[in-house]
Amino acid sequence: MSDAQQTIELLRFNTCGSVDDGKSTLIGRLLYDSKSIMEDQMEALERSADITGGGQVNLANLTDGLRAEREQGITIDVAYRYVATPKRKFIVADTPGHVEYTRNMVTGASTANLSIVLVDARNGVIEQTRRHSYISALLGIPHIVFAVNKMDLVDWSEERFREIREGIEAFLPKLNLFKDVKFIPISALEGDNVVTFSDRTPWYEGPTLLGHIESVHIASDWNLNGLRFPVQWVNRPNNPTDPALHDFRGLSGQIAGGIVKVGQEVLVLPSGQKSRIQEIWTYDGPLEEAFCPQSVTLRLEDDLDISRGDTIVGLDPLPGHSAELAGRVCWMNPRPLTAGKKYFLKHGTQTVQAMVTSLESRIDFETFEPKEASELAMNDIGEVRIRTAKPLTYDGYTANRLTGSFVLVEPGTNATVAAGMLHPPAQTYKPEYTDFSI
Amino acid sequence: MSSYHLDHLAYLETEAIHVLREVAAEFERPAVLFSGGKDSICILRLAEKAFRPSEIPMPFLNVETGHEFPELIEFRDRRAEELGAKLIVRTVDEAFEKGLATPTPGQVSRNQLQIPVLLGAIEEFQFDCCIGGARRDEEKARAKERFFSFRDAFGQWDPKNQRPEIWNLYNARLNPGENMRVFPLSNWTETDVWEYIKKEELEVPNIYFSHERECFHRAGQWLPVPPAHEANGKADPYEGARPTEQEEHRRMICRVRTIADMISTGMIESPAENIDDIISEVAAARVTERGTRADDKASEAAMEDRKKAGYF
Repeated sequence: MSDAQQTIELLRFNTCGSVDDGKSTLIGRLLYDSKSIMEDQMEALERSADITGGGQVNLANLTDGLRAEREQGITIDVAYRYVATPKRKFIVADTPGHVEYTRNMVTGASTANLSIVLVDARNGVIEQTRRHSYISALLGIPHIVFAVNKMDLVDWSEERFREIREGIEAFLPKLNLFKDVKFIPISALEGDNVVTFSDRTPWYEGPTLLGHIESVHIASDWNLNGLRFPVQWVNRPNNPTDPALHDFRGLSGQIAGGIVKVGQEVLVLPSGQKSRIQEIWTYDGPLEEAFCPQSVTLRLEDDLDISRGDTIVGLDPLPGHSAELAGRVCWMNPRPLTAGKKYFLKHGTQTVQAMVTSLESRIDFETFEPKEASELAMNDIGEVRIRTAKPLTYDGYTANRLTGSFVLVEPGTNATVAAGMLHPPAQTYKPEYTDFSI
Repeated sequence: MSSYHLDHLAYLETEAIHVLREVAAEFERPAVLFSGGKDSICILRLAEKAFRPSEIPMPFLNVETGHEFPELIEFRDRRAEELGAKLIVRTVDEAFEKGLATPTPGQVSRNQLQIPVLLGAIEEFQFDCCIGGARRDEEKARAKERFFSFRDAFGQWDPKNQRPEIWNLYNARLNPGENMRVFPLSNWTETDVWEYIKKEELEVPNIYFSHERECFHRAGQWLPVPPAHEANGKADPYEGARPTEQEEHRRMICRVRTIADMISTGMIESPAENIDDIISEVAAARVTERGTRADDKASEAAMEDRKKAGYF
């Protein structure tokens, strides 16, 4: 029994769609049909139904937790929900659809392994569908599901479903990044094909939505290729009573890529010094090896000068190491991005000063093509070049979501203004040049 | 089975450890809010995992209403001592004396009064970050809150203007006087907390387990009958929180599912004697954890309104 519980996997997914596509209703339905709604929550829903909803229980009110959301009937912010079935646990990010809150979709999508894009069967593929598909691809979400919702309002038409599917398949190859893609005809309001099969779609032979997300293969979603260990906190006991700890100098952090083993040869960047792993220390005892995304404390054979923001890397493959970076950013602030501005850039455990040296283009969501642009407005995505005050140790975002991502923070207001995804490095770090300091 | 794969508890653990280390690295004067409740018990174990063999590099802070379960206070003090941590306690009564807070006429619960006490302690010790055990599954306003939840110079949460939180890159930057609340257990559920307590063999205060207690029925809840008032010349701190003649009261086999203080905590009838019993009971529960919290029943937006004012 407890062994069975030990192996339960966690799947993080996000839902996206336009206003009124039924995202919150779908999550409400998943919670309701998987019996994750409690009686007191149901009572609260019924109370508000009697007061404001003309007696109709609104499943969307389960996730729309803020006063303004209930008043306006919209979802303002990312809401996180938790669903457990006997097969898996789920963390659900319910991300709003209206254009002005696209930054929240990026937030919800950044930690997801799977994206559910809702499409209203009556409206078919609209700009938001393309935008959400693009953002899911851009954020490196491996699995995507297009849930064609409100099928009850198009008389369960197979023809309409196929039309929408073909419309999406026409642009998907341009994104070309998903491990798997599913199309499922549903009615979130009535529950068809969400948790149980519908007898109103005899022409549909695939899984239910829940059946799919319970079984999709996610074990290989973390990066296990190439050790990356951003040093988070130097662990050095003050005045330890245990004499064995007098010389303890540990480097604490979360493995951001690959596997680390005792005895392994590693490189510390930016200094370029080499050493070996002496011990993988944890509270629960030493480990022979550890892997992404475990949190551990590494001890090296050599007493090197290492601090937060440094990265311990394996020798193969080596990361990029540069202060000149190129990548895509999603702009999240009402004040637009223009070239020449300075920001703080947080990457891994390092925060450095950075300047956007040029804005190369803005992505057009109709064509997914880059267009010339002089600024990025809120919710725009564009190509930029950035210069940092100190070089970053990084990988391309498509190779590693943790070492390939960054945020920009505006000095003064401290607002998080951009989410960035780095392009693969033009060249990797060259250890033989380490005698020449940069 | 792949050996390079974390199960759900191990995933939640590594995420929380990462968050705790970010706090230690990014803030100058952080504190851990430690009440002795089950969630903050998990936070302390996670802090041990994040920082050992070093000392946990931050003090513990608790705000007392003056209506606490004595079992909880005893456990809190003992646990802090076991961990070699500095425990700071600030109370609503002290806040009355210092003029930081004034009693609300006609209201016996001091739940709201914890807000000025907490903000006063933050000011007194110049804390720039307080780590709390709140979880997003507890309450729908919390479901919208970030791991790193920014508070302005008045301690207020602005739910419509939160910093986007992307990947595991937490923006910890503050201007003077501003404050961060950090919730490492954001993604944990009630079940996860109990499974973790079981896995880590953590001690919890005995009021979480079934025991016999005198309770009375008020506003749909079974509330504990407060301890008898000693004739010490002072006003009864539980005046208004004792059963009236009309209110049903009886001895019950009961336990707490969530702990506030004695005035805000509904007891549940339960035979659960150990952690496994509790896990089964939570799995079968048909009401939410906070369904037994009188402080949440004030209105549909009770939590949101308190958070905006600076609540935990």
